[in-house]
Amino acid sequence: MSTHAHGHDDAHGGHDHHEHHDTFWSKYVFSTDHKMISKQFLITAIVMAFVAMTMSLIFRLQLGWPDQKFGFLESILGKWGKDGKLDPSFYLALVTIHGTIMVFFVLTGGLSGTFSNLLIPLQVGARDMASGFLNMLSYWFFFGSCTIMTISLFVQSGPASAGWTIYPPLSALPQAIPGSGLGMTLWLVSMVLFIASALLGGINYVVTILNMRTKGMSMTRLPLTIWAFFITAILGILSFPVLFAAALLLLFDRSFGTSFFLSDIFIDGAPLHHSGGSPVLFQHLFWFLGHPEVYIVLLPALGLASEVIATNSRKPIFGYKAMIGSMLVIAFLSFIVWGHHMFITGMNPFIGSVFVFTTLLVAIPSAVKVFNYLATLWRGNIVLTPAMMFAIGLVSFFISGGLTGIILGDSALDINVHDTYFVVAHFHIVMGSSAIFGMFAGIYHWFPRMFGRMMDKKLGYWHFWLTIIGVYGTFFPMHFVGLSGAPRRYYAYTAYEGFQAALNINALISVFAFLGGLAQLIFAFNFFYSMYRGRKAKQNPWDSTTLEWTAPVEHIHGNWPGEIPTVHRWPYDYGKPGASEDFIPQTTPFSETKTSNLPGEE
Amino acid sequence: MSSHAAANPSKVWGGGHSPFNLSWGKMFMWIFLVSDAFTFSSLLIAYGYMRHRFTSIWPIPGDVFTHFPFIHGHVPLAYVGLMTFILIMSSVTMVLAVFAGHNHNRKSVLMWLGLTIIGGFMFLGSQAWEWYHFIEGSEKGAFVLADGRFARTDDLEPGVLMFQDHSKVEGAEAQELMATAKKNIIGANLTENEYGNTPLFANFFFFITGFHGFHVFSGVVLNIIVFILVYQGFNERKKDYELVEKVGLYWHFVDLVWVFVFTFFYLV
Repeated sequence: MSTHAHGHDDAHGGHDHHEHHDTFWSKYVFSTDHKMISKQFLITAIVMAFVAMTMSLIFRLQLGWPDQKFGFLESILGKWGKDGKLDPSFYLALVTIHGTIMVFFVLTGGLSGTFSNLLIPLQVGARDMASGFLNMLSYWFFFGSCTIMTISLFVQSGPASAGWTIYPPLSALPQAIPGSGLGMTLWLVSMVLFIASALLGGINYVVTILNMRTKGMSMTRLPLTIWAFFITAILGILSFPVLFAAALLLLFDRSFGTSFFLSDIFIDGAPLHHSGGSPVLFQHLFWFLGHPEVYIVLLPALGLASEVIATNSRKPIFGYKAMIGSMLVIAFLSFIVWGHHMFITGMNPFIGSVFVFTTLLVAIPSAVKVFNYLATLWRGNIVLTPAMMFAIGLVSFFISGGLTGIILGDSALDINVHDTYFVVAHFHIVMGSSAIFGMFAGIYHWFPRMFGRMMDKKLGYWHFWLTIIGVYGTFFPMHFVGLSGAPRRYYAYTAYEGFQAALNINALISVFAFLGGLAQLIFAFNFFYSMYRGRKAKQNPWDSTTLEWTAPVEHIHGNWPGEIPTVHRWPYDYGKPGASEDFIPQTTPFSETKTSNLPGEE
Repeated sequence: MSSHAAANPSKVWGGGHSPFNLSWGKMFMWIFLVSDAFTFSSLLIAYGYMRHRFTSIWPIPGDVFTHFPFIHGHVPLAYVGLMTFILIMSSVTMVLAVFAGHNHNRKSVLMWLGLTIIGGFMFLGSQAWEWYHFIEGSEKGAFVLADGRFARTDDLEPGVLMFQDHSKVEGAEAQELMATAKKNIIGANLTENEYGNTPLFANFFFFITGFHGFHVFSGVVLNIIVFILVYQGFNERKKDYELVEKVGLYWHFVDLVWVFVFTFFYLV
């Protein structure tokens, strides 16, 4: 039996020489090597992120200066920007596709896909993923999904426009809005491919973590990154199938005339044949995925931050087991809180209060995590690398966004601000910006591991400061727009007396949004320039303890030239009293560190 | 290389060894099945939610699935019982195929796997027959009466209108009601059906049994691929029949799902 589990090692061990048989296609395109697949995910995600960010800047123009005409809009958007005015239905499309790309392609596919692929085999000490082939398939499903979503931008009737949550009946009836035509069908097809990709990837991650750990790498010696990826993958495996079911049912309603989500509806005075369906059923199915999805986005970022913060504080992470426990609790709770997205669907108030209770429980493990980060930073020898700055930025967002989460989790308060900019502000800070900051921290920290070169530090600081100012400048004032009652997804507020005061704030928000957008150009330059021209990286540039830094800088098949290193200790022996250096790699046996061993460590 | 770890269970989670003593492939299949179970559960829960909303007008399965080949008359649920029996028997033959694989008995694997494939095809054929009669419906179908009530006819009792609560109207009165009816529905499709006054009954029937049927079909295809590989001696050369076990897992899962579909659609 055990030969099965390790057949993979044998296949690779001592076969490193077959590397130069690689052709261009097998090395860069249809690669089964986890390091290459991780780069493919990352670069695809960066491209998609720029597309989605550009969209957000275009609709920020409209929101900030609703009366102004921008001539260049017509030249880039054609009929959607006639006379320099953004078309109202295209505004909805932009909002929808911005959300979809950011949530699914950047923060799910991009974040998990990149870092799970890169770090799982390297940090658990495996030659590659359990199945390189299925891993490759996972990327190509992802790529296909991104391509179809991008194609949907160019169809005559416009891309999907019903919001990233695609609630029926709006999304189910092509007659309802232009975006519910072909664009919506493509959205659903793209999402089915994405789910296939997420499942193949997720199952691979779980299997690799459970089955392929190197000798001595017990579950409690795994770095927190791996724990985060592990739990994230499980969340995806359990929640995406439900979205899959919802998407298929919606596809049937749209294309084959079924009535799963559609009830008696009149369009242009004529009744449709549908009867008996329930749009609320769709919301239940959607949010059963949708809420775990929030943690699918967030947990990998928290995992990356744990690693970056511990390394750069030169201290062990505070409360290692509490960190694991709180992630497990968050993951469990995420499956029983979906109702808090649906307080105003006519839900029984008693059930609503159950969801309030479970939702507010999430605050406990979240607070545990925050305090652990702060306690890790406390009196550490902090090294402020750009990655560290972004990780601390993440903690900041997690706190400030989490506080508004407590407000929104309470149905009595949520009903007042439901579907306003308050909600938009909340989730952009706590989920969007936190996760993207975690991703940036990961990129700056593991760039040397990916490309063998360092990113430029100065540009990194510029990127950090401009981005954090951009983010807080954009989303902090947005809370007040929301509190004044301004609903989200409105094209213009000029028609409403009550929101006049919000107009100035909206212009201010747009200015900050552009600042944040510009800062990403610095990042893009730094990223691609450093890929070719960056300073050559050392073997272990951040003096880390984990396994990935023991593998050679140049990427080879099978990760380690000889045998896979054996692990002797947990991953956070930073600044251990009595040790000769301020970090002890996981591969150093206790017998070599007699001066620093604690009682119980032989 | 790590056989010592298997001997010492306390070391099993310590790395260098699969904690569950499983190959990655089998574990992959298990986890995939868990996720697929969530898809089916969400569909069945959606079905339950809708059925619960329309308890009073939801058709009684025993009144719907009454056909049996070569028998003129009502044989409620007998045919689907036969289908279920066939599928469960194909699970039994699959178990025997896996067992034969453990013993590296190629001929025996081929025989039992072959029977499993035949069982799969029989199930799919039966489902096609069942769908055909469901879609075709009865001769006269159902009527939505002028007052909005919904009444079915029965081929065995011509000229009789039967309501949801099994109360009947006959003779001239029934003729009158049929003549003035708003709508006559014969058979079933995705927008209406003669079995109940809600499209959702047929919608869920087609979607869930169709989705399950697609799984059975995929399973048959996988079984055929494995059959060919075994026939060509692929597993013999590798001295490893785990492939049979992996498709076996999938096949049992598909059978298990059917037990739930059968329970919730036909029995309850």
